[in-house]
Amino acid sequence: MKVKTISRSTDEFTRERSNDLQRVFRNYDPNLRPQEKAVEYVRALNAAKLEKIFGRPFVGAMEHNEAISCMAKNPNHLKGIFAGSEDGDIRLWDITSRRTVRKFPGHRGAVRGLTATTDGSRLVSCGADCIIRRWTVPVEDSSEDSVKPEDFHISKNAYWGVDHQWKGDQFATVGAQVDIWNHTSNAPVRSFQWGTDTVISVRFNPGHPDLLATSASDRSITLYDIKTTVPIKKLIMQTKTNSIAWNPMEPMNFTAANEDGNCYSYDLRKLNEATMVHTDHAAAVMDIDYSPTGREFVTGSYDRTVRIFRYNGGHSREIYHTSRMQRVFCIKFSCDASYVISGSDDYNLRLWKAMASEQLGVLLPREKKRHEYDEALKNRYKHLPEVKRILRHRHLPLPIYKAAALRRTMTESARKKEEKRKAHSAPGSISTKPLRKRRIVKEVE
Amino acid sequence: MSVVKVTKEEKKKKETGEEISEDLDLKAKKYLRGGAANFDDLKDKKLKGQLSHREFLYGASAKAAAKYEKWLMPSEGGYLEADGPVEKTWRIKQEDIRREVDISSSRNQHDVILPEFSPYTLDFTSNGQYMAAAGRKGHLAIVDMKNMIPRREIQVGETVRDVVFLQDQSFFAAAQKKYTYIYGQEGIEAHCLKDQGAVLKLQFLKNHFLLASINKFGQLHYEDVSMGAMVGNIRTGLGRTDVMQVNPYNAVVALGHSGGTVTMWKPTSSAPLVKMLCHHGPVSALAFHPNGHLMATAGKEKKIKLWDLRKFEVLQTLPGHANTLDFSQKGLLACGIGSFVQVLSDFSGTQNYSRYMNHSMVKGYKISNLLFRPYEDVLGIGHSMGWSSILIPGSGEPNFDSWVANPFETRKQRGEKEVHLLLDKLPPETIMLDPTKIGTVKTARKKEKLTKKEVEAEMEATVEAVKDSINMKKKTKGRSKPSKKLKKRQEIIAKAKRPFLEQQMQDGQLSIKKQKIGEEVELPKSLQRFARKKAAT
Repeated sequence: MKVKTISRSTDEFTRERSNDLQRVFRNYDPNLRPQEKAVEYVRALNAAKLEKIFGRPFVGAMEHNEAISCMAKNPNHLKGIFAGSEDGDIRLWDITSRRTVRKFPGHRGAVRGLTATTDGSRLVSCGADCIIRRWTVPVEDSSEDSVKPEDFHISKNAYWGVDHQWKGDQFATVGAQVDIWNHTSNAPVRSFQWGTDTVISVRFNPGHPDLLATSASDRSITLYDIKTTVPIKKLIMQTKTNSIAWNPMEPMNFTAANEDGNCYSYDLRKLNEATMVHTDHAAAVMDIDYSPTGREFVTGSYDRTVRIFRYNGGHSREIYHTSRMQRVFCIKFSCDASYVISGSDDYNLRLWKAMASEQLGVLLPREKKRHEYDEALKNRYKHLPEVKRILRHRHLPLPIYKAAALRRTMTESARKKEEKRKAHSAPGSISTKPLRKRRIVKEVE
Repeated sequence: MSVVKVTKEEKKKKETGEEISEDLDLKAKKYLRGGAANFDDLKDKKLKGQLSHREFLYGASAKAAAKYEKWLMPSEGGYLEADGPVEKTWRIKQEDIRREVDISSSRNQHDVILPEFSPYTLDFTSNGQYMAAAGRKGHLAIVDMKNMIPRREIQVGETVRDVVFLQDQSFFAAAQKKYTYIYGQEGIEAHCLKDQGAVLKLQFLKNHFLLASINKFGQLHYEDVSMGAMVGNIRTGLGRTDVMQVNPYNAVVALGHSGGTVTMWKPTSSAPLVKMLCHHGPVSALAFHPNGHLMATAGKEKKIKLWDLRKFEVLQTLPGHANTLDFSQKGLLACGIGSFVQVLSDFSGTQNYSRYMNHSMVKGYKISNLLFRPYEDVLGIGHSMGWSSILIPGSGEPNFDSWVANPFETRKQRGEKEVHLLLDKLPPETIMLDPTKIGTVKTARKKEKLTKKEVEAEMEATVEAVKDSINMKKKTKGRSKPSKKLKKRQEIIAKAKRPFLEQQMQDGQLSIKKQKIGEEVELPKSLQRFARKKAAT
């Protein structure tokens, strides 16, 4: 007869010395793990609860002497951010220590636009005092606290915004018309004008260096190519667009922050229909910025909140608010996609985490694996009511909560009315415009 | 020379490549946990794409697990094979096996004779390293199986009917004469559970931290030992029974009754999940296969039946008595009656059980309890003169998973494991017959169409409710005239009725009074003005 029984020798299964690692043996047989789905569900529930426990997004605040009107990122330096306020005070902040590194004094009125060149060496600012100033951003070691401007230009009309090319050395200012400047020249290289209204914001396309989008107070969004003499396209909507942001990963898409509280994403090749309407804000959206991953964008609104949306999501993923934060006028996503910086009416720049429950700092591989496992669990069970209730829960300030409820009842009743009208009229006589087209008035070439 | 070798190996690889992939497919099936999902009915293309990508990932992970089996699971299981057709495995005695096997395994074969304390019940921890033995006359012992040394022994001085380990060797529960007691590692009495009464059998549901007990009056009691709260107390109504087992697959407690029925219970409901008539006589023993699909029951009418728990059908009926039954991790079934143990095995995985091994003990010993030791090829026997353990090759799982149950656990690892067990403690509501249902979509039951009368009754009911709740505001300056009040009331009632009427209109039951259209009569022209005019539309 042939016989063999299980006999395990202790040395094979235990460690040799006390400073060795313990030995681990695996057997992935499902029979050894009864009720594994229930265990996974309990772990998903715990993961959701932990996410809420660790969900503290606010990191710190940096104070100015007046309301903050504009901000600029320096693409070469992760730690710094430029902020300009309504009293003409421009500062370079060090985000890690939350202290002012440099001051750029000179403007006498509100600073309306700030932008840095792509190599981070120069800063351009424009203001309500009709002056554009060019500054050299000093190197880290130099001891000067405040920087003298390199050059300035005075014009007749106030400026409303400035933006620099992603690749190249030209920048555009907007105010009465769109002006394209060169760092060396004294006068604008080129000027565009379509219509008589003020142009309030400008953004260059990250993919195509000569393409830019502007929004004007005649409720339009215009696309220009600076190499040509005439503008390309114009899109007129029902309400004014306050700000535009291009998706850095998909440069043909841009999202416009509108006065009616919605953000509209468009594909520039097909402007007759929005690709996505992002609703959630209760008041006008003042500023918008995309994350460098191109998968999320952050918006700051007049209703005192900051919201983070997914690039293809109709509703926000996250909302940040504080009782101390008043109207948010400008917002930036940090270049490493981990932080959001908001500048608001209450003289403060606020630093928030992009993922509220993220653990900052260097993670051990085991911690990282555990976070990934928790994310996968939450993803798998997020539709179950107990888990969904926890993941969805956000504390909202009362005016926002009421505004959302009001908006819901309004849209619901409008929808019901439309349905009843359709049901009681000849089929096909009433057609509803899809939401993505509803707010567009016309497209002009 | 080396070049030639390589090419020969390559050729071999090509030939066996197909065989290997077939082997892997079979192994991968085990890890797939069921069949692939069917996406034909899905119309949403985006969702379909996402789900089919997920299915692909499941398939890939199952294949990877199958492929790495040969490195992750080096140990092979035990076996007993007979030479030639004449020799039968069930004739082979334990002494013969002892001679062939190495010393460390032969240590597992022993008899411990303690005649003063009468029949012994045994329980093992989940990693098979500790055994709790309880003698009927009050002897409680925890034995460390690595060294065969009793760690703690206490004499409680009253009858002990059952003993069970709680989550690991640090606590055990003993069902004594009047109450159940929980003892710590050092044999110190930690708790006395008075709610349960005189308990006949105890079982511990490990993932839920629930101690299930059945008492003399047939009451099933669930106690959460992590919090010390009672989770359920169910009066079974089927009388006294001491046949109780837990199905490890879905944590459902099964009781065998004297009428031949087997009932299955969960803590949150007072009615049994399943009630099946298994035997013509009383059920004497019950056991569950670790995969949860097979149940063995033994009746006093000399039959042992194997049931498929998915269809609740008999798979096999074997003749024979059994006072106690137990399944091993690898699916071997041990039946004990009198002083005789019979082990049945389903060779090659088909669920057809046949004789594998026999063992008869000394004539006077009466077997009270059979239990396979996890992760070892050992069967523990509790009998009237003490306890014994015999070798059954091929019964234990050779490859253990350190995160599930580690036979070589250190003290720190035991502490960590306890914390993780508590964190992953399952709520009692997750106990159900089919545990894979958690997280799946509940299929909407088709709403049975209510009859006309029922619909009318519902409408009446809502109208009555609305009528009761109408509070008319008193308006001044002549605005609250009775006629206006009446009008408002009628408006509110009509609004309440509206959804029902709309539904009826949709169903086509409400017929709008159609005005009769007169037949077209061919009248001569001069008499046309006397033709009945069509009703104005």
